[in-house]
Amino acid sequence: MNAKVGVVVFPGSNCDHDAYYAFKEIIKTDTKFLWHKDGSIGDRNIIILPGGFSYGDYLRCGAISRFSNIMQDVVRFANNGGIVIGICNGFQILCESGLLPGTLMRNVDLKFICKTVSLKVENNKSIFTSNYGIKEDINIPIAHGDGNYFCDEDTLTDLISNNRILFRYNDNPNGSIYDIAGIQNEKRNVLGMMPHPERVSDSTLGSTDGLKLLRGVAESVL
Amino acid sequence: MFTAKIKVTLRKTILDPQGKTIEHSLHSMGYDKISYTRIGKYIEMKIDVNSIEEATVIVNESCKRLLSNPVMEDYEFEIIQNGAA
Repeated sequence: MNAKVGVVVFPGSNCDHDAYYAFKEIIKTDTKFLWHKDGSIGDRNIIILPGGFSYGDYLRCGAISRFSNIMQDVVRFANNGGIVIGICNGFQILCESGLLPGTLMRNVDLKFICKTVSLKVENNKSIFTSNYGIKEDINIPIAHGDGNYFCDEDTLTDLISNNRILFRYNDNPNGSIYDIAGIQNEKRNVLGMMPHPERVSDSTLGSTDGLKLLRGVAESVL
Repeated sequence: MFTAKIKVTLRKTILDPQGKTIEHSLHSMGYDKISYTRIGKYIEMKIDVNSIEEATVIVNESCKRLLSNPVMEDYEFEIIQNGAA
């Protein structure tokens, strides 16, 4: 396997080790942590922005992380077609950095929600979802207070008509527009999603619904 | 030296669940004349430049790039010269 995964660690990241474990110990690919102060992603060819509360979620979730040293190089990498996956707080960072459109607002009921939810795979013709069936229902946990995806109408039309929505909630937990749980960018090399695939990657924990995503991405690197 | 007083608010078209919750509470306290309650952020900062024009440019850029998210928020600010009466 030629995947070289870099898991970015911000102050306040807390799903970095889960993502590292899934790639390193389960998928068994070359995986390293990248510190937020690093100016370069080095030889990594898949970048993971993990879940957590980077910079304490101060100001807005992801707002400060987007100006960290490592993100300047992640943006350059993504703009050149490099694979970037933002999970939860990582999704928020991708929106703040402009790599994905829209934003993630406070959950509509104001509660932090931590539970497994049912998602529908909306599009399985992406490097992120190729291991799923079309319209397949999968169960992946969420854990967020700000997962209420919002964008303007033009953006939503673009997301729908260009098949950029990869995952939708079957039972919308947070108020997201069009039940959106995960989207990809126009070039289809950047994925942002609120649910945590790394938390359902080890069969001893009961499910591997998320492993299919991470393995698919790792195997897409030739 | 100047002081900037910045207000960041959710855009008017966006639902503000925190504002709604507070408004319900105020109504239950008897303040039933209150409507359209919105929550925002207030940011104050000092800027060490010589003219109000320079300060305005800095504050505007800061608001656009970091302090607000144009997808969901608007901002407004006033700049006061320190030491002025």
